[in-house]
Order: sequence, then C-alpha cells, then structure tokens
Amino acid sequence: MDSIETDKGSSLWKDAWIKLSKNRLALVGLGLLVILIVTSLLTPIIAPYGYEAQNLDMGATAPSLQHWLGTDIFGRDMLTRIMYGGRVSLMVGFIATAVALVIGILWGATAGFFGGRLDAIMMRIVDVLYALPFMIFIILLMVVFGRNILLLFFAIGAVEWLTMARIVRSQVMALRNQEFVEAASSLGLSQWTIIRRHIIPNTLGPVIVYTTLTIPSVMLLEAFLSFLGLGIQPPQSSWGLLINYGVETMEEYPWLLIFPGLALSLTLFALNFLGDGLRDALDPRTSKD
Amino acid sequence: MAILEVDGLKVYFHTRNGVVKAVDDVSFSVDSGETLAIVGESGSGKSVTCYSLLDLLPKPPAKIEGGTALFNGKDLLTCTADEMRHHRCNDIAVIFQDPMTSLNPFLTIGEQLIEPLIYHPDKSKIETRSRAKEKAVKLLDEVGIIDPHTRFNCYPHEFSGGMRQRVMIAMALITEPKLLICDEPTTALDVTIQAQILELIKKLQETRNVAVIFISHDLGVVAGIADKIIVMCEGTIRETGDTDAVFYHSSNDYTKKLLDAIPEGAKVLPNRVTSNEPLVEVSNLKTFFKNESGKNDDDRYIKAVNNVSLTIPRGEILGLVGESGSGKSTLGRSILQLAPTTQGSVKFEGKTLTGLSSSELFPWRRKMQMIFQDPYASLNPRMTVFETLSEPLLYHKLATKKTIASQIKQLMDDVGLSQGQLKKYPHEFSGGQRQRIAIGRAIATKPEFIIADEPVSALDVTIQAQILDLILDLVERHNLTMMFISHDLSVVRYICDRVVIMQHGVVVEEGDTEMLWANPQQLYTKDLLAAIPLADPISERARMARI
Repeated sequence: MDSIETDKGSSLWKDAWIKLSKNRLALVGLGLLVILIVTSLLTPIIAPYGYEAQNLDMGATAPSLQHWLGTDIFGRDMLTRIMYGGRVSLMVGFIATAVALVIGILWGATAGFFGGRLDAIMMRIVDVLYALPFMIFIILLMVVFGRNILLLFFAIGAVEWLTMARIVRSQVMALRNQEFVEAASSLGLSQWTIIRRHIIPNTLGPVIVYTTLTIPSVMLLEAFLSFLGLGIQPPQSSWGLLINYGVETMEEYPWLLIFPGLALSLTLFALNFLGDGLRDALDPRTSKD
Repeated sequence: MAILEVDGLKVYFHTRNGVVKAVDDVSFSVDSGETLAIVGESGSGKSVTCYSLLDLLPKPPAKIEGGTALFNGKDLLTCTADEMRHHRCNDIAVIFQDPMTSLNPFLTIGEQLIEPLIYHPDKSKIETRSRAKEKAVKLLDEVGIIDPHTRFNCYPHEFSGGMRQRVMIAMALITEPKLLICDEPTTALDVTIQAQILELIKKLQETRNVAVIFISHDLGVVAGIADKIIVMCEGTIRETGDTDAVFYHSSNDYTKKLLDAIPEGAKVLPNRVTSNEPLVEVSNLKTFFKNESGKNDDDRYIKAVNNVSLTIPRGEILGLVGESGSGKSTLGRSILQLAPTTQGSVKFEGKTLTGLSSSELFPWRRKMQMIFQDPYASLNPRMTVFETLSEPLLYHKLATKKTIASQIKQLMDDVGLSQGQLKKYPHEFSGGQRQRIAIGRAIATKPEFIIADEPVSALDVTIQAQILDLILDLVERHNLTMMFISHDLSVVRYICDRVVIMQHGVVVEEGDTEMLWANPQQLYTKDLLAAIPLADPISERARMARI
C-alpha cells in the first residue's frame, strides 16, 4: 500500500510542481508569500523598533527616513506595527483556514460519498450551525473558555468550514456516480481509499479557489472580532485592527490606513496568483506549457 | 434546382495549440425535396459544416476562412445578423441530437412550439396565439403525438425520449422551412424508436418537399433515407455520390474502411475452450430501487431487475440486450455486487456472493471485472496511465515494486498501446485509446469473468471494430468468460455466442445467437430485430417500406 502513496506523490504532485514552476505569476505570488512569512517569523529580530515603543510627543508623523511608513498617533513606528500585525494576521489566516479546510473536506466528502441518511444528518448539522448567529457563538466560546488566541483560530475555523463542506459535498456527489469511481469499487478498493485516492483529488480545483478567498476573509473577521474586543488585545496588533484604526483617522493621517491596507492587499494578490496557479497545475487537463 | 449550394467552405479553429482545419474546402449542393446525408466519424467536420451555415459556431475560436454558401442565391456566410435571423425563422431549421436537453424544461412544449410564430421578427408575419396554437396542434398530430390538444400543455419531462424528438421535429417544421438540418437526430434513441423517427422524417420530407441535410456517424442509419451521401474525414470530403453508388461501387479507401467496420454476421472464434461448467449462476435475482414519489404499493419500488435467472458457462460470451431502462446495466452491476440486490442469489464458481461483506468479497473482486461504456468517465482524470494500471495490481498484491513496471508494460502490449505513453493522463488519449486503457485495467488482475457494459457504443465505427477485435482477442488468449451488455444488436451478433433479451427488468427471451436471429419467438424480439437499420440501401429501403 505504501508504494502506491509514493507513486502518487511522484506524479500528480510532481507534475503539478513542474507546471507551477513554469507559471510566472504563480511564482511571484509564492515568492511574495514566502517573503511575508519569513519577515513575520524574523520580526522580533529585524523590526526597527519595539511594537509598544511610544513617542507621545511625536504623535502621528508622515513617512520619513527614521520611520519609513510613518508613525501612529502614539508615535509608534508603523513599519514595526505592520510587521508585528502580520504575524497575527498571517497566523490567523493560515491556521483558521487550515482548520476549515480539513474539517470541511472530510465532512463534505463523507456526507456526499455515503449519501442517504448519513448525508441528511450531517448536512442538517451544517444547516443548524449556519443558522446560529456567529457573534453569539463566538461570544459564548469566549465566555466559556476565556480569551485565548488559540480559541480565536478554532472559532473562526469552526465557522468557515461550513461553506467548504457544502462545496466539497456537491463536488463529491457529482463524482461518486462517475464510472471511474465504480471501476475502483469493482476492484475492491475500500470506500475510504476511494474517497482519498479518487474523489478528493478531483475536488481540488474549487477547493483551492475557495481557500484563497477564505484566507483574506478570515483575516478581516479577526479584525472585526478584535475590534469588538474579542480577539487579540492592544497593544498587540493585526492588519485588520490597524486598518480599522486607520479608517478612523483616514482624513488626517492617510498613511495609517494605506500601509496596512497595502500589506493586506499584497497578501491577497499573492494568494490569488498562487491559488490560480495551483488550480491549473493540479489539473492535468491544462496544457503542460 | 439546388436550394443550397456550398462552395469551397473553409472553417478553421484558432486555438492556443495552433490552427485546426475543421472544415477544409468543402463543396456540395442540396436540391429541394432531396435528402443529403453527411457521414463521418467524430472530428470529421460534419457538424461544423452545417453549424457554420447557420452561424451557430462560437467565434472565436471558429473562423470562416473562405467559400460561399448560396441559399436561394443569397450567401449565408456574409449575411448580417438580422438576415440570418430571418433565415432561421423562415427557411432553415435544425433538429439536434439530444432531445433531452434541446427543450426548455420550464416551458410547456406548446409554448415552445408557437414561439417562432408569435415572436416572428417580420411584424407582418406575427400570428395570433390562437392561430399559432391551431397550427401547432395540427403539426403535433402530423408528427405522431397522440391527443395533441392535451399534450400541447404538457412539459417536456412528461414525454419520453422518442416523443420529445417528435416534438423537436414539429418545432423545426412549424416555420415551414425549406431546408431541414438533422444533426444525428436518432443517435440518443433506442433502436425501435430510431426506426420510427427515421420513418417520420422520410415521410414528412416527402409530403412537404423540404430539402434535408442528415448528419450521422452511422452508414446504416442513412442507407434507407438518403438520396446522396457525402463522406467526410478530417475536414475534407472523401467521397460524394448517390447512395447506391457509395454503398455498392465505392472506390474510395476511406468509404470502404467505414463500410468494412460495420459489424455484420457472426464471427466464430477458432481456439475457444467452452465447457458446460457454469461460472456464473444467477437465480431469481431482484434489484429494486426505492421510488420516493410512488403512491401505491405497486410503484413504491422501481423494479430494475425483476426475478432474473441465468447461467453463464465458463468460456462463453453472453450478450445482454435491451433498450434503455430495461435493467440490463443494473443486472450487470448486481452480478458484480456493485448494486445492492433485493432478493435472489448470484453464485460465482459455486460460491454465493450475495450477502457477503465487502471484505469477504475482496478476493472475488479480482476474478470479476468490468469494462464501462464511457471511456471519458471511466478513467480518473488525475491519474496517469501507469497509476491507473498499477492500482489493481498493487491492491490485489499481484505485483511487487520490482515487477510492476514489467507487468504494466505487458498490459500495455496486450491492449495495443505503446509503452512510451505510461506517463500520460487520460485526456491526452483519444476515445479508442482510453477504452484500451480501461480494458487494460479490467484484465490487469487476470480475471475469469468480465462484464462489458456497452464498451463500444461511445466510439466511432472504425474504432469500434478495433476494440471489438481486441476484446475477442483477449477473450481467446486469456480464456475469459464475458457478459456483453449492449443495445446494438449487430455488435452483439458479431461478438456473442448466446443472447439474453431483457425488457422492463425481465428476461424476455434467450438463445444461441444465430438461432435467435433466424427464429425469434417473442414479439418484442421480432420488433427489435426488425428495427435494426441495415447498411445496405436496397434491403434497408425494403425494410422501411415494410414497417
């Protein structure tokens, strides 16, 4: 059985990598993401100032040689704030989306593949969770478990997986009646193996696209929660929070909005380019050049 | 007098991978009251030729590079969009292949029928609703819809496939066109329905004196109705001629190849070992599906397979014939335990398979395999040929890492594919090659019994002949037992030793192939055999006259 896994690794994913490496836009996206992630990891070392270092006398100043991206109303260096904010935002974005991805794919694939009563029960659970007001759900979690950044990841992921489950389920339902799935069961493959080897790889296209859309929306959701005081707390920061504060002072100090906004947009662009590239690369039907 | 004269038509598709010459320098003419058949395999450009006349091609990528198409002296290729709309509303009508998707499910067929009359672009020709309805009802009657007044208000889903195609024909004729283009109008239909529709088209054409262009991949279908035939291949015309001349005196190699590929008569396999030892025994098998909308006890279940018993001796090729909905595919899947059976038993080598758990079934799975109809759907698009072929070997532990490469090369040889193609994905192959891969997967575990579910019905006729020969060759070499499911009786006669005829989930008749052909007992079998179109114009015309 193990050898099958390695064979699989040596074709679809390997071919995908070869194709991806020929897609310039996707590579740019990947490069940008790597830079952003490395910067976030190294922030405590390379950040020019401390993220709490205030200079109340200076207040908000426009970008200058000392403060490349300006300072906020407390005189804190924006570049530093954005770098520290990126740590939180990227972490929330990736981890919460990964949670959503894993639960959503497994849940949706199981419901869609087995169908019948199991499907009905699993999807009604999704419907109920959909109907539950998100804020109440989050607040309840916070009340029960207290403020905790890990809980934030979990809470956001637990909500975002619902749509993923629905997307995967509809894909799987279309796939499970395909003759290649029937061929696999006539070979005696177990149902779990069929889901893993034949069904999930064929749902990757829409899943990847939806994932690249989920990451930025999760980052904004975090900002919203933090703004309500449920997420991370000042003086810690995130891009979402910085943008929120920036909006308030947009007219006087536009750089407080522009730079965190740029950071978020840049991430979004990188994700979209990479996502499109990945989708094409993982589909053998797109041409190899 | 020629109503349509096409001269030097060239349609090229400009794709990323270069220019595809879909239609290259095609010229022909059709007189009114005449039927011209355009015959060719998929990709021959037969449909593109006709769609380009009506401006129905997506442009880009399609581009008309040259030629003229004079319809009553006016060039269709250079006319404006308004003029084209005028032509479509008045002069030229099309019947498409699939009656299931060509009708809008949200409108009654009556509403769709009168649409061209009450929304006519020419204001003076707009008819009132009641006059339009009168006309439509009369036409529905003419195309053989019983009780047209009531049926006028029915939705498409309330009609069967054959009835829908009749409605489509009525829709095409309602504007009283002078030219009717039929694009494979019977390909999606059962053989008995096909015979009725062909007859209807022929009759309407004679009474209304319209010119018909009949596009088909099947020479047998056009033999009885065409006056002239064009044989197309790869965008060019290979032969033009009167029907009889094309069938009986063709000197063209490609036409000959097409005619030769039509399965005719029975083929005897020389070195077959058949024994009387039963390999598969099906007794009183029932497979029912729940019907949620069923009201009384009788229609609470769809009885797909209802009390079927049959025995397949080792080494036999058994044909299972039936029209769509006869339960033949479900029977095949029930035998392989891919569909849950309701009652009865299936024995394989004397061992009862019904009721076994999937792990108990596993060792038996190796011995029984399946070949599917659609080679585009039966291969996982994200697996290379190597992976597809290695899966059965590895899961049944028939190969080790060391031997697998040589075993797969052997398989590729067996099914006639070159070994250089192992790293390719299914979409890089043609339909026939894909079917070869699917066959390779089925024989990888060295099974004893194979169920082939319409393995050639999605393929072109020349490819079909090759795949049938491959199947026969493999049966012979590996001493396989096979159940061959098909709706195509000529194919069944060509390949099968014995035939079982199914209708509505029940076995109607069974017997040795040649005996059944010579002397069918049941009315249904006689109807089926009488409906087969013959690739021989003289006997086909005689057959159609008989019906």
